[in-house]
Amino acid sequence: MDVMEREVAQRPASPIVNDFSLVAATANGTGSQTANLTLLRSFFKMGIPVHGKNIFPSNIQGLPTWYHIRVSHEGFIARRPPEILVAFNPTTIYEDAKDLPSGGVCIYDSGIKGLPERNDITYYALPVSELIKDIDVPVQRKPYIANMVYVGALAFLLKIPLEVVEEALSVQFGGRQKLVASNLPVVTKTYDWCKENLQKTDPYEVAPLNKTDGLIMMTGNEAGALGSIFGGVSVSAWYPITPSTSFIDALKEFLPKLRKTDDGKATYTVIQAEDELAAIGMTLGAGWAGARSVTATSGPGISLMSEFAGLGYFAEIPAVIWDIQRVGPSTGMPTRTGQGDVTFTYYLGHGDTKNVILFPSSIEDCFDFGVAAHDLADVLQTPIFVLSDLDLGMNNWMGKPFSYPSTPINHGKVLSAEELEARGGFARYKDVDGDGIPYRTLPGTNHPQAAYFTRGTGHNDAAVYSERSSDWVENADRLSRKFDTARTLVPAPVTDLNPDAKVGVIAFGTTRYAIEEAKAHLAESLPFSFMRLCALPINDEVRTFVAAHDRIYVIELNRDGQVHAILQTEMPDLATKLISLAFMDGMPLTAKWVEERLMEEENV
Amino acid sequence: MSSRAQAIKENAIGLSKKDYDGSVSTLCKGCGHNSIANQIIQVAYELSIRPNEIIKLSGIGCSSKSPAYFLGMSHGFNALHGRMPSVGTGALMANHHLRAIGVSGDGDTGSIGIGQFKHLMRRNVRMVYLVENNGVYGLTKGQFSATAEQGLELKYAGQNEFPQIDICTEALIAGCGFVARSFAGDAKQVRELLKAALSHRGTAVIDIISPCVAFNNDDSSPKSYSYGREHEKPLQEIGYVPFAEEITIGDYDPGDLKVVDLHDGSRISLRKVEQDYDPTDRLAAINRLQAANANQEFITGLIYIDNERPNLAEVSHLTDTPLAHLRNSEIRPSEEQLSDFLKAYA
Ligand SMILES: Cc1ncc(C[n+]2csc(CCOP(=O)(O)OP(=O)(O)O)c2C)c(N)n1
Ligand code: SF4
Ligand SMILES: [Mg+2]
Repeated sequence: MDVMEREVAQRPASPIVNDFSLVAATANGTGSQTANLTLLRSFFKMGIPVHGKNIFPSNIQGLPTWYHIRVSHEGFIARRPPEILVAFNPTTIYEDAKDLPSGGVCIYDSGIKGLPERNDITYYALPVSELIKDIDVPVQRKPYIANMVYVGALAFLLKIPLEVVEEALSVQFGGRQKLVASNLPVVTKTYDWCKENLQKTDPYEVAPLNKTDGLIMMTGNEAGALGSIFGGVSVSAWYPITPSTSFIDALKEFLPKLRKTDDGKATYTVIQAEDELAAIGMTLGAGWAGARSVTATSGPGISLMSEFAGLGYFAEIPAVIWDIQRVGPSTGMPTRTGQGDVTFTYYLGHGDTKNVILFPSSIEDCFDFGVAAHDLADVLQTPIFVLSDLDLGMNNWMGKPFSYPSTPINHGKVLSAEELEARGGFARYKDVDGDGIPYRTLPGTNHPQAAYFTRGTGHNDAAVYSERSSDWVENADRLSRKFDTARTLVPAPVTDLNPDAKVGVIAFGTTRYAIEEAKAHLAESLPFSFMRLCALPINDEVRTFVAAHDRIYVIELNRDGQVHAILQTEMPDLATKLISLAFMDGMPLTAKWVEERLMEEENV
Repeated sequence: MSSRAQAIKENAIGLSKKDYDGSVSTLCKGCGHNSIANQIIQVAYELSIRPNEIIKLSGIGCSSKSPAYFLGMSHGFNALHGRMPSVGTGALMANHHLRAIGVSGDGDTGSIGIGQFKHLMRRNVRMVYLVENNGVYGLTKGQFSATAEQGLELKYAGQNEFPQIDICTEALIAGCGFVARSFAGDAKQVRELLKAALSHRGTAVIDIISPCVAFNNDDSSPKSYSYGREHEKPLQEIGYVPFAEEITIGDYDPGDLKVVDLHDGSRISLRKVEQDYDPTDRLAAINRLQAANANQEFITGLIYIDNERPNLAEVSHLTDTPLAHLRNSEIRPSEEQLSDFLKAYA
């Protein structure tokens, strides 16, 4: 089959506007990210709801990378297997094109061989080397420039106005005109070539909408870092690990912009530690001494932090730990997403340990929980874990501009020298208020009764070493009481209750997008209620929700149903209502999977 | 000490020596670590240190328990095994006006904590870092530590096949600007070094030989583990600890050799650095340590000093107010700053 033959696929019945999923398949390290983000921004600028996911390898150069873009006038942004393929990677071209659904579109570099023979999809061949031949850039930049060819082709095929592409490109290059000037000609040249030489026969196109007006676009890690700053963070310690590194990169970029004093001195510090053992040690040390502190890591780092987490829980020290989850155990699939660290983190630390976890599901959550985590850490005097994931952390998401924190910073129960004087001293671990939360003093407090000895060893309520069984039990029970107080303080679940539904779904984090889409699709055939958990420990609302339905499906991105198990433990009397729908393949969940699994379970 | 009526002498800030006490030590009687705690108390009293300006930090081990036994009016943090340096680093970044005394052991520093130890010095965190070095893991009952001499034989631990890690050499190589060694029984030298260390700009390491009285393992001795095991079945693992006197030594002159008999009958040789020794020459200091090791001597005194290198708080350009004391308006940017910032993301 030759090229000409391929291009005469069947003509479309009617256009499909603002509703498709496209994937750009390239090799890692070829600079395709600029092209992909330019496309993403173009759709966003056109007012069309859009989301991009970078599916990339753990490699610096050469391995395949796929960038998925979902465009949806309905606002659905979950991953959907693509209908449109940009096939620019010779090593995956066959498989990529084979996977396209019937009626799909394949735009490929005519220099690449090895496409499958299909006559149920539309092929468009682009003479890439021809199109970039005369562009005046150094030879080593040619592969980067080559990616602009598919931007130009898609601009033509999907009907993206060239001005929009130019504007997006300019944003992408941070306004650096020289870079725009070397990239844009490739786009326009390709566009013109397509106009001359291609006959559009596929149905996909875009048209301006107004559904992104006033919205921002940002990655979850950037939003979390920004939230931490508005949460008052002053000390950060970290050790590089994908996919959390960009959280700290953002922190380091934003802090000087937002927190420099007039004399140029810093009101913050970011320390690159020697490992995660040290990163969490520094974070706790800073929290102990009274500064708001944060560390960001992923599964392997959480593993190393476990002993310190237990100490933080037991000695009652504020700290915030972001876990941008990836796929484990061990190194696992370090550049793929998942929700596999929940059980481990919830109980992180040996002995009777239970930790507070926040589950952001959007960039707004990342910001809000980024702020809230620091108040919670101080108020509860305990490490607070924020479990994001690679999908949320590293990809660009639309969101409403973040709201400024509505409540002032709350440092919790910290006694000043004057308050100590008025109280006639204090006992560090005494439950004065009945909420399980004791009072603390900060090192440096100028009062003879301010000092206490922080230790991981058994202690009585005056922080004095004790191996008395009764002291141990009393303290452990108080910590449990404190955990119950946490239930009332953490972000409450978000409930979309369908009064007629017999079935409910509970989930958390980024699976919400697939579930929300499935919910819309199943509105008639299988109506269900949806509760999105924002935190552990759970509160009574969860119990009420479960009780109100016959069956609850707990959907999560791991193999064993970790949150399902936690919910069963928390509500043993309702445990039989809870059914686990857990799945983990390293990819963000699709609505299709949710729909099929629910229908199968419910025999619909 | 005997008379209760003895007039209580106060230091310049009106505190008596008792005000610098901690709780009663639960370490073995005669343990070198107790002597060191006592010297810390004495020095803090003599220097009129404000207890609230000090933080005491430690890892895990008998040595690391000792911060509970001095400066009871200072905040203390008994952290994790080998990981006190990171806690200290975080605490001192949160409040760089505090002065930190870190207490560690040879196991805590030389094995599990060698990484954090090295990086503390590399960052030059302003902390007095004491290694109470007894060549064994005291708290876990007598295993060799990495500072034990090669060839040494202990009944419980057997023979040490591996070369020793020299704390002072490690400190020098890591770029530490204050490296000293002493002996727990040399109260005067320990105090002098502590005073100097407390005024140092960055990390100040003092490796203090601090004998362990419990793991006295001479086979024929009724105080040995093996003897106990054979004659008293079953033996509670740590039910039996020999009573010993603290070893103290008198003053000795610079350049002189002092041979000290330890509880288990072994000896160590201490040589005070000479009067004309130049502690500002790093390479010479490393050579001097190597030579002393070859002679199976410990040189004592201030081995190396460099007060020029800025500490971590300084290189971090921290604002003068400790980060922990910043006002809320200084740690949370304004609403306008947020909306301005977000414009770039629209
Ligand atoms: C992670 C961890 N591993 C092991 C231990 C057990 N442990 C407690 S103290 C100690 C050795 C202490 O030796 P050293 O630092 O020389 O102190 P010493 O008791 O001799 O003063 C060990 C291995 C521990 N507490 N934590
Ligand atoms: S076991 Fe050794 S190190 Fe521990 S307290 Fe006793 S004498 Fe000191
Ligand atoms: Mg030891």
